[in-house]
Amino acid sequence: MTIDDRFDTDFEERRRGRIDGVRNEVITGPVSDWTTDFSHHEPEYFQDPYPILDDLRERCPIAHTGRYGGGWLPTKYEDVAAIAYDTDHFSSRAIIMSNFRPPTDLAPVGGSPPISSDPPFHHDARKLLLPAFTKAAVAKLEPATRAYCHALIDAFGDRKDVDAAAEYAQHIPMRVICEMLGFPLEDGPRFRVFIENALEGVNAPPDERIERMRLLFDYLLDQIRDHVANPREDLTQYLIEAELYGQKLDPFHIAGTMSLLLIAGIDTTWSAIGASLWHLAQTPEDRRRLVAEPALLPTAMEEFLRVYAPVTMARLVKEDMHWRGVDMKADDWILLSFPAANRDPAQFDRAGEVVIDREVNKHAAFGLGIHRCIGSHLARMELRVALEVWLERLPEFTLADADGVHWAPGQVRGPRTLPLRLA
Amino acid sequence: MPMKISIDAKRCQGHGRCYDLAPELFGEDEEGYGVVLRDGIVAPDAQAQARLAVLNCPESAIDAEEGE
Repeated sequence: MTIDDRFDTDFEERRRGRIDGVRNEVITGPVSDWTTDFSHHEPEYFQDPYPILDDLRERCPIAHTGRYGGGWLPTKYEDVAAIAYDTDHFSSRAIIMSNFRPPTDLAPVGGSPPISSDPPFHHDARKLLLPAFTKAAVAKLEPATRAYCHALIDAFGDRKDVDAAAEYAQHIPMRVICEMLGFPLEDGPRFRVFIENALEGVNAPPDERIERMRLLFDYLLDQIRDHVANPREDLTQYLIEAELYGQKLDPFHIAGTMSLLLIAGIDTTWSAIGASLWHLAQTPEDRRRLVAEPALLPTAMEEFLRVYAPVTMARLVKEDMHWRGVDMKADDWILLSFPAANRDPAQFDRAGEVVIDREVNKHAAFGLGIHRCIGSHLARMELRVALEVWLERLPEFTLADADGVHWAPGQVRGPRTLPLRLA
Repeated sequence: MPMKISIDAKRCQGHGRCYDLAPELFGEDEEGYGVVLRDGIVAPDAQAQARLAVLNCPESAIDAEEGE
């Protein structure tokens, strides 16, 4: 028997070599002009980005910023789609718009394959994961997910005031991905810290972020080593044993993919569940209709995904070029806003309204092209079950305190506190 | 009127809207990509479902050819 030494000292040394990259000055504070100075980390944006995006779409429509070392924000559906499809000119080498650009030789793999990968490597890395995330595969997780949703509501007891984000929405995807990866269920609170650092803390000093990211990878390495020592059947084990091009995976590929599944698997669905409940809490006609017509939920859910799309992606421009009226420079960021695309009146009738029986809904909440969210079937299952159980158990609820709703800043947007009053 | 549905495999990214909305007409392969079930000929009473799948595919990967 050969010993799997991929995760030993050599790994540590290679890790030190991977933090070279370009850092830029961190600029925060109120935005002077959204067309030339946008920032997705200012409160005006993360509290309510839609008026800003709608305004930019009408008069800009591709905004620029000098922050984050320079970047662009397209707001029309057709521009967002064109960039998502154009992997020749836009790289996924980094997908979180921050103040640090990883070295170019990190492409085509990137730090968290396959979301950070470019073709042709992307296709092969993605193919390894696809079977675990089909609709049929995730359907097997539905009974346990449903039971867990009931248990969370049972835990409310007789209380009339609950935080639906902190006490309900966040736990559902956390629990599911924890079981898929084979991590200890009690580690959930640590994941929240990892998520906040990766997605919300992008304006912290870059070296502080890198240090905090190291803690996430230390955690993942502990889990990997534990699986090497005590093999079992889960996604972590699958990645440890998987082969690509006739070889076991590079340890950075394994840990990077695990970081992706952990982070993207939790905060996105947590945001979608929370935003849907936030809408229903203050829209009694929609809430009552869904309670009366549960069969409408899958259609309504697509509308919540369209109008409150939690995820914005990012790309890096590969080479200097003139693109649809603007001069992009190599390594400029593109903030790829699916929320902006999903509210484009050129693509959707009544784009700014929530129409829960909208039958035709070609939204882009899960992205477009080769990077279509690999967890979309899982997310849809979790969102549907979470809303079904909630509406069945707690059909009457209102927003207890509108000012008490806090939205996550950054590229994954959803309520992180959601005070509801139950009837 | 006969109708024939097909999926452009080069465009399909496995969103699964077709097999969510029209499970009698579409299924998924082992990687989640959409596949047309049987011969793709759609009976008249299932054609509304087929059109719904066409109109909801985010990648515009489905074609429904309506016969003479």
